[in-house]
Amino acid sequence: MTDTQTRPPGHADGPDDPRPETAGPDLPRLGWRGTLRFLWAQLTSMRTALVLLFALAVAAVPGSLIPQRHISPVRVSDFLTQHPTLGPIYDKVGLFSVYTSPWFSAVYLLLFVSLVGCIVPRLGVYARALRAQPPRTPRNLGRLPAYARAEVGADEAEGVLERAAADLRRQHYRVRVVEGPNGASVAAERGYLREAGNLVFHISLLVLLLGVAVGALWGYRGSSVVVVGQGFSNSVTQYDDLSAGGWFRAPNLKPFNVVVKDFQVAFETGPVQTGAARLFKADVDVTDAPGEPTRSEVLEVNHPLHVDGSTVHLIGHGYAPVVTVKDGQGNVAFSGPVIFLPQDGNFTSAGVVKVPDARPQRLAFQGFFLPTAVVDAQGPRSVFPDAYDPKLFVNVWSGPPAKETGKPENVYSLDTTGLTQLKNDKGDIVRLALSPGQGVDLPNGLGSVQLDGWSRWVKLQVGDSPGAPIALVAIGFAVAGLCLSLFVRPRRVWVRVARGTTPDDADDAVGADDAPRVIEVGGLDRADARGGLTDDVDDLAARLAGRSDEERART
Amino acid sequence: MNYGYYSSVALVSSVVVYLLAFFAHAAEWASARRIGVAEPAVERELVTAGARSSASGSGSASTGVREPLVAGPDDELADRRIEQFGRIGVMLTVIGFALSVIGVVGRGLAADRGPWGNMYEFTTTALVCVVAAYLLMVWRAGLGWLGLPVTLLATVANGLAVTVFYVAVAPLVPALHSVWFLIHITAASISAAAFNVGGLLSILYIVKKRAEDKGEVRGYLARIPSSRRIDLITYRFHAFAFPLWTFTVAAGAIWAEYAWGRYWGWDPKETWALVTWVIYACYLHARSTAGWRGTKAAVIAIVGLASFWFNFIGVNLLVSGLHSYAGV
Repeated sequence: MTDTQTRPPGHADGPDDPRPETAGPDLPRLGWRGTLRFLWAQLTSMRTALVLLFALAVAAVPGSLIPQRHISPVRVSDFLTQHPTLGPIYDKVGLFSVYTSPWFSAVYLLLFVSLVGCIVPRLGVYARALRAQPPRTPRNLGRLPAYARAEVGADEAEGVLERAAADLRRQHYRVRVVEGPNGASVAAERGYLREAGNLVFHISLLVLLLGVAVGALWGYRGSSVVVVGQGFSNSVTQYDDLSAGGWFRAPNLKPFNVVVKDFQVAFETGPVQTGAARLFKADVDVTDAPGEPTRSEVLEVNHPLHVDGSTVHLIGHGYAPVVTVKDGQGNVAFSGPVIFLPQDGNFTSAGVVKVPDARPQRLAFQGFFLPTAVVDAQGPRSVFPDAYDPKLFVNVWSGPPAKETGKPENVYSLDTTGLTQLKNDKGDIVRLALSPGQGVDLPNGLGSVQLDGWSRWVKLQVGDSPGAPIALVAIGFAVAGLCLSLFVRPRRVWVRVARGTTPDDADDAVGADDAPRVIEVGGLDRADARGGLTDDVDDLAARLAGRSDEERART
Repeated sequence: MNYGYYSSVALVSSVVVYLLAFFAHAAEWASARRIGVAEPAVERELVTAGARSSASGSGSASTGVREPLVAGPDDELADRRIEQFGRIGVMLTVIGFALSVIGVVGRGLAADRGPWGNMYEFTTTALVCVVAAYLLMVWRAGLGWLGLPVTLLATVANGLAVTVFYVAVAPLVPALHSVWFLIHITAASISAAAFNVGGLLSILYIVKKRAEDKGEVRGYLARIPSSRRIDLITYRFHAFAFPLWTFTVAAGAIWAEYAWGRYWGWDPKETWALVTWVIYACYLHARSTAGWRGTKAAVIAIVGLASFWFNFIGVNLLVSGLHSYAGV
């Protein structure tokens, strides 16, 4: 066996050490088995569970205060640029993805291990307790927290214990009649469901974790921006972003199709909360699979669409100016809606119109679409989220045609390599402001651009969380178990009939058959959340003595 | 009829009345300042002897509660004054409560929906629940001694609501159009009430326990139940609130699945709801762990309440997230 005990150097028990082995406080030798058992006992102790719970609470906090990658990657990169020294350190210790970081995972996994270690032995104990009989009657009932006694004549004492047993059984106690040296007594216990509820609650937490894990492994969630009038087919290429669990397989995506026919929005125009959203409603046509009939559905916030195991949520919207660009040769080089991304609550929307096919020079337009435009000291901006006075403000870039590389590029930002910003004769940067229907010729014979109008787009989120039903059932059981474990109040009651006038001299009166009998009732609550023990014990004693409440009040 | 206007007037008035109730309870505490103060030796012996005989069997002598004894006309007067101020405080609280109920109901009528769509409405609704819980306990369990902290809380919270959080009546944003709006937030306000009363009780527990440990239970503290009893009542409030809070978080998760397509997304509000839940779980565990009972557990309960408030005020106003409905 390995000696796992460590002693400070210089205190080793060498052969020439004059001190006897027993000198000083010597810890018992544990051995590796013992050490493991010791560590396990430590891990599963209530104290450790408490510390781990605290640690979980503390560990969860930074994720709510520091931007998180999985919620808003943009804010994370903003944070990194704003804090050039602190940012990388945060990144290294995982503060931008707290909830998947090793230390956070360690805390909750240890907590769940501790939980398992706590409930497994308790399951056994509880299984035995379920079959066990109520504990035998204590010798001195007078020492219990609640105690009542009533005197009756010897003839009245007949059948008191039977009545006590029946009475307690009616109150859902488990009852046994004990034969003891001081005569027979009744022992009763109830409230077994408290521990059951406690166990159910803790097991439900494990199942909940299982549900979350199933969702994390097999689930997927992606989003796609769809311009009104266009459609979305459920395949990997159609997603703007897709996050899926490790065991998710792309071919599992169901081949449904959603066409957004119409999208209605309304914003508050009154004086209170001006501009607040009031209505988002999309009319969609859904085809479950190619070749199947199409059905019309309404998609709203809080009313997702369920298609073949997946859910489709409406999680965002914005504007897509419809632009037509003619190149220097007079050909239409681009025409259609371009998705612009909202930058603020009034839908000041930023975007880029790329026209790589324009000749002799390729063109690009970068700027803002403003649904209700004003131009003031702060520059052009939108003052209302609805399109009351839409305008497109853009700068123009041009350059020699670039070779198609096939490399994916961000459609929302402009890579200006090989492009120069267009300037007018005076050398000022060309800024175009277009209203719907308005067109402008570009300088230097580069072509023209027209704002034909605008559309709206909606952001559809498609996903499947396969663990959700498990989690839901688990949380239901957890709440039920919690209620049982907090509101069921275990109680023990004992009833004994003794001879004599006081409990102390009961022994002396043995043999005197006509001596008055004393009914003793003792009660013990095994949990805090209960009142009325004394009253219940008093009532039981009075009932057994055959007295009504009025009589009791008089005595 | 302009419900919105009357609602505001009623709520502002409720703040004033709660403040008066707070003054009445402060006077109640002040009137009791001489109770339990060490008297000359002879008289003290008499007093304790009397206490033992009058409180025989109730065990109060061991827990340090001295029965307020009538030793002379001065004490009798003080006793009467304490009770009078206490009664005035509770009466004023009832009036303030009635006013705030009118305010909250009027708000609901004005908006034609559940009056808990923003911070102002949630605060006033939750405070109705807090004061309702308190008054119920005064009526059923004689918790009148909780008057001072409860009226202080009601004054400060409703005061903040009508001054800082106030927003005019408006319909809901589409994200809140759901049956879960009713379920989730009703559960949240009821558990808020229980957690708040529980937190106040924890503070009183710590104060009382310190006095008991020093052996100097005097003033109004001598009139409130023993720390053991306060601990028990505190536990009951938390034991009621905790499953309800679990349900609140679960209902929120179900709603989130409908609204955002994921039942848990570590939004700041969700995170802090979990943090609060975990801290209260700590409290319940601490109460059954040797070495953590008593003051330590009470401190955990207070930390839990602080986290609850941060989730409500801090997360709404300081942190950006999906639950940004303050409207302030």
